[in-house]
Amino acid sequence: MNFKLILNIAFHLLKARLKQTIVAAVGVTFGIAMFITLISFMGGLNEMLDGLMLNRTPHILLYNEVKPSENQPLSLSEEYKNHTKFIHSIKPKDRGKSVYNSQSIIKVLKQDKRIIDVAPKVTASVLFNSGTIEISGFVNGIDMLAEDKLFKISDYITEGKIADLAQNNSVIIGIGLANKMLLSKGDIIKITTSNGDLTPLKIVGISEIGIAEIDNVMSYTSLATAQKILGQPKSYITDIQVNLYDKESAVELAKEFRKEFNIDTIDYQTANAQFETGSTVRSIISYSVGIVLLIVAGFGIYNILNMMIYEKMDSIAILKATGFSGSDVKWIFISLSIIIGLTGGIFGLLFGFIFSNIIDVIPFETTSLPTVKTYPIVYNIIYYIIGIVFAFCTTIIAGLFPALKASKVDPVEIIRGK
Amino acid sequence: MEENNKVIETIGLSKYFYDPIKFQVIKEVDLSINHGEFVAIEGKSGSGKSTLLYLLSTMDTDYEGQLFIHNELVTGQGDAQLAKIRNEKIGFVFQFHYLLLEYNVLKNVMLPGLKFGKYSEKELEQRAMDHLKTLGMDTHALKMPNQLSGGEKQRVAIARALINDPLIIMGDEPTGNLDKKNGDLVFDIFKKLAKEFNQTILVVTHDIDFAKRTDRIITMEDGRIIS
Ligand SMILES: Nc1ncnc2c1ncn2[C@@H]1O[C@H](COP(=O)(O)OP(=O)(O)OP(=O)(O)O)[C@@H](O)[C@H]1O
Ligand SMILES: [Mg+2]
Repeated sequence: MNFKLILNIAFHLLKARLKQTIVAAVGVTFGIAMFITLISFMGGLNEMLDGLMLNRTPHILLYNEVKPSENQPLSLSEEYKNHTKFIHSIKPKDRGKSVYNSQSIIKVLKQDKRIIDVAPKVTASVLFNSGTIEISGFVNGIDMLAEDKLFKISDYITEGKIADLAQNNSVIIGIGLANKMLLSKGDIIKITTSNGDLTPLKIVGISEIGIAEIDNVMSYTSLATAQKILGQPKSYITDIQVNLYDKESAVELAKEFRKEFNIDTIDYQTANAQFETGSTVRSIISYSVGIVLLIVAGFGIYNILNMMIYEKMDSIAILKATGFSGSDVKWIFISLSIIIGLTGGIFGLLFGFIFSNIIDVIPFETTSLPTVKTYPIVYNIIYYIIGIVFAFCTTIIAGLFPALKASKVDPVEIIRGK
Repeated sequence: MEENNKVIETIGLSKYFYDPIKFQVIKEVDLSINHGEFVAIEGKSGSGKSTLLYLLSTMDTDYEGQLFIHNELVTGQGDAQLAKIRNEKIGFVFQFHYLLLEYNVLKNVMLPGLKFGKYSEKELEQRAMDHLKTLGMDTHALKMPNQLSGGEKQRVAIARALINDPLIIMGDEPTGNLDKKNGDLVFDIFKKLAKEFNQTILVVTHDIDFAKRTDRIITMEDGRIIS
């Protein structure tokens, strides 16, 4: 088949109905542009909200859960092996929250090629005292460098610097805590641990995550200071936080580490299942809106092609009489719709990109995400590929029926009908 | 040798229309046309002349009997092969000069040639211009069809019919829509093609004067060839 000739004929037919062609193509342009804009914006929102979560949640957390032993002594008994056993009033044994053998685990993890970095942490619930006020909260002993690398914690330090925690007995407290206790940078705050020890710490900074529940109770200090106020040795670690290069593999790796280190692990997806649902819903919305718009555009193309066939009956009859087969005629009309779809689609991508850019510069301030200044937009080549493939598919489907109809036009009927 | 000289041959060609009632338009027509003949099909209105021509043209495939073109049985061939036969072996001229309104005169003439693909575009342009010159239309080559008179359109249609050096040119009342002067002009062109280029021509007409000036007259009545 001579595609050059077929395309040439298609172009000439289009030129003759330029206005309608443009209207049909604009329909596709509109659909694709809206799709690209929506999906980029939704993608941006998803990424922002994921960020909100991921900035605080490690991909994998290794810890020691307080829970009863899974293998109670009775299950070792040969005698009752095949019996159903009921055991009442089981209490967990206090093995402590400390991760056993934490130093060697950290060493192994640090050498793992799939891991960006490991941030060990000591968390403890404490009472903050200042004057007569006493507020319960948490102290996080962190490895400053690793914590900043994984969670960009310095973005949330509104006063002071994360590096100041390197000083002995220094602490950074949440803004809520600071406001309630009327404390500011440079003041002293007293901390009482659960075994009653009281330690005065110097406030070297204020943090603001933007979530009141956290800002009201949270404080940060160095690993060493935390271990000291708890009266624990240098090996005392309660959480080992791990971030991965490929965060999608978190579920599998969490399982792997659970086996390897005989420790409790939780991946970020399990820990934040509700976020995933939100992301999925937003994606579904944008895809469905895009598809609906394209279906509407598809009907536009279907209409114009149908109209064109009625108008061009004579031309179709001539083409057939002079030696073009039904399949040639079919391809002429399919090419027509592909031309409309592709030009409309390409302009749609362009406009989608432009609209995304416009949204991208509209200011959007939120305290919970200090790095976000404008509405979030994701530029992802995949969206654009999906967009053009969509445009292509809808136009082909919309063009197929008119094209088949055109291929079946009986030239005798037309020529006789005059 | 005699066998090879037949451009078109039919054996027992019959056709029925079923709407509104079954009725036989073409009745057992046996016909053969030899190379170089200038033939007119003549007959009363409604005798089935056009219907027969559409059958011979391979555009209408709903018939009984057999049709040979250049001694090749075309009955039962597929749409694509029939299209190829029309493209390479048959040139059409209709009563209503069907030109593609989207293309200029030159391109209209070239189009079946482009489909054939035997000649390059350059050569085709040259050949199209030659045919247009023969028909006195070379000065109109770059006009659009709607800028031409009826007679001029018909001459362009003839040029188009000639572009692939067809075995036969078929026409359904090619002069029917033209005044006497233009009709004569078109007829003279056919005559000249037949005489000078030995072109086989089959024309349906009910203009007796026209028919009388051809080599052979086939008269139809009631779906039959009576002479
Ligand atoms: N599509 C059709 N369905 C039913 N009957 C038809 C159809 N087309 C033509 N006929 C009938 O077939 C007969 C032959 O028609 P045809 O057009 O071949 O006549 P014709 O000899 O070309 O006449 P004219 O000289 O008027 O053009 C006529 O009686 C016509 O009514
Ligand atoms: Mg007729």
